[in-house]
Amino acid sequence: MFILFREIIQAVRFLEEKHKLATRWFHWINFPILSLMMISGMLIYWAYDPYRIGLGDITLFHFFPDRFYKLTGVEHKLAYGMAIHFCLAWIFAINGIAYVIYTVVSGEWRELVPEARSFREAIDVAKHDMGFKVPLPPQGRYNAAQRITYTAIVMMGGMSLLTGLAIYKPAQLSCLTAILGGYEWARWEHFWLTMGYAGFFVIHIAQVIRAGWPNFRSMVAGYDLKEADAASGD
Amino acid sequence: MARRTRRSFIVLGAGAAAGIAAWTLLNVGGEEGDIPPGLRRILGFNEGVARNVLFSNKHLAKTYPPSAIGNIKVNGEIGMDDDSELADWKLALTPYQSKSATTLTIADLRALPRHEEIIDFKCVEGWSTVTQFAGARLSDFTARFAPGSEKAQCVGMKTPDEEYYVSIDMPSALHPQTLLAWEMNGQPLTPKHGAPLRLVTPVKYGIKNIKRIGSIEFTDSRPDDYWAERGYDWYAGL
Repeated sequence: MFILFREIIQAVRFLEEKHKLATRWFHWINFPILSLMMISGMLIYWAYDPYRIGLGDITLFHFFPDRFYKLTGVEHKLAYGMAIHFCLAWIFAINGIAYVIYTVVSGEWRELVPEARSFREAIDVAKHDMGFKVPLPPQGRYNAAQRITYTAIVMMGGMSLLTGLAIYKPAQLSCLTAILGGYEWARWEHFWLTMGYAGFFVIHIAQVIRAGWPNFRSMVAGYDLKEADAASGD
Repeated sequence: MARRTRRSFIVLGAGAAAGIAAWTLLNVGGEEGDIPPGLRRILGFNEGVARNVLFSNKHLAKTYPPSAIGNIKVNGEIGMDDDSELADWKLALTPYQSKSATTLTIADLRALPRHEEIIDFKCVEGWSTVTQFAGARLSDFTARFAPGSEKAQCVGMKTPDEEYYVSIDMPSALHPQTLLAWEMNGQPLTPKHGAPLRLVTPVKYGIKNIKRIGSIEFTDSRPDDYWAERGYDWYAGL
């Protein structure tokens, strides 16, 4: 009886370790804040929208077509967009910095940062996820593709903060603005980082749907039932 | 484990509800065309951080070689409808704690030390253009024509018809790159670019760089500001 009880405790503890409480808090605070930063960023970008995919006179895609602005209703809201952006930037920055400090102090960075073999293995993970018959490489908390993606997204967050500050205070922080290539380049970088989040978001949501309910629950409740089945099967 | 799940989702739901409540609070109230007071308060906090932590009149905006000069567009003609004002233009100056205004001519201003700068003029819309300006430092102007006004909290400026008006914090006004300019890209200012006298300061967005200045007033209370009344950050500092 006692042994069984201990086993259950161990199992629960093992299962709980899928996502730490702190990680889940950082994640779920970041999600709405980053979304609102992107939306308010759109209100700001609308007022001057020079970016495109193209070469010379040929424009394949202009960010963004007028129809898109009308559809999303972002027009003529620059002042409001700036106010929202510069208020929520505090939460985005504090949450992000706290997460990085937490990850370093707790040692969790070891499970997150890509290893030398991650870049090779990530190709196998991608092939597997696209439906090819490639076995998944052995993994810890995160697979190779996740290690690369999640580390990149955190670094992008840091770059968004820096490029944002460079645009926000180009006179007082002129050194930072200069390092990032000047005012206009900093705005360009800030924009494309944001497009990167949009791309990440699409793939991330698709993967979450594909991984199913137990995986989603693990990001809310912390444990993953799938691993419990695997553990009891051993 | 079901209980754990339930509890976690309740916490997530409560968090979402708290977030929506905070968002609603941030967006409630305010005048038509202005931003809500909650947002305005946080912009005020940001202003405090900018003024106390970031701003220094030793922090200079980047300057450029003449080859970098671009072609700046005319953006905004509010307060510049009647060009007949230009013929007998005079500047009305109200020093700090003074009840009456004195008048100055462009010749009075040109007698001040000339200062020239090639800076990246930044519009609040997001675009910027490298432009050369020449004129007198506002700090020199203040010392010469309104000594003691440096102690004021703010400076307010209006177009002759009072249709456009700005106010600026004194540290930004006294920044060495803040000019009362009469020349742009080597030529006298054109009417559309603010002749005969405009404010140029690379530590503020273009909305603060008022064209065709008709009056200048030094005061502790914050004079009206056209775009701040329309939802923009009053400080608008770069």
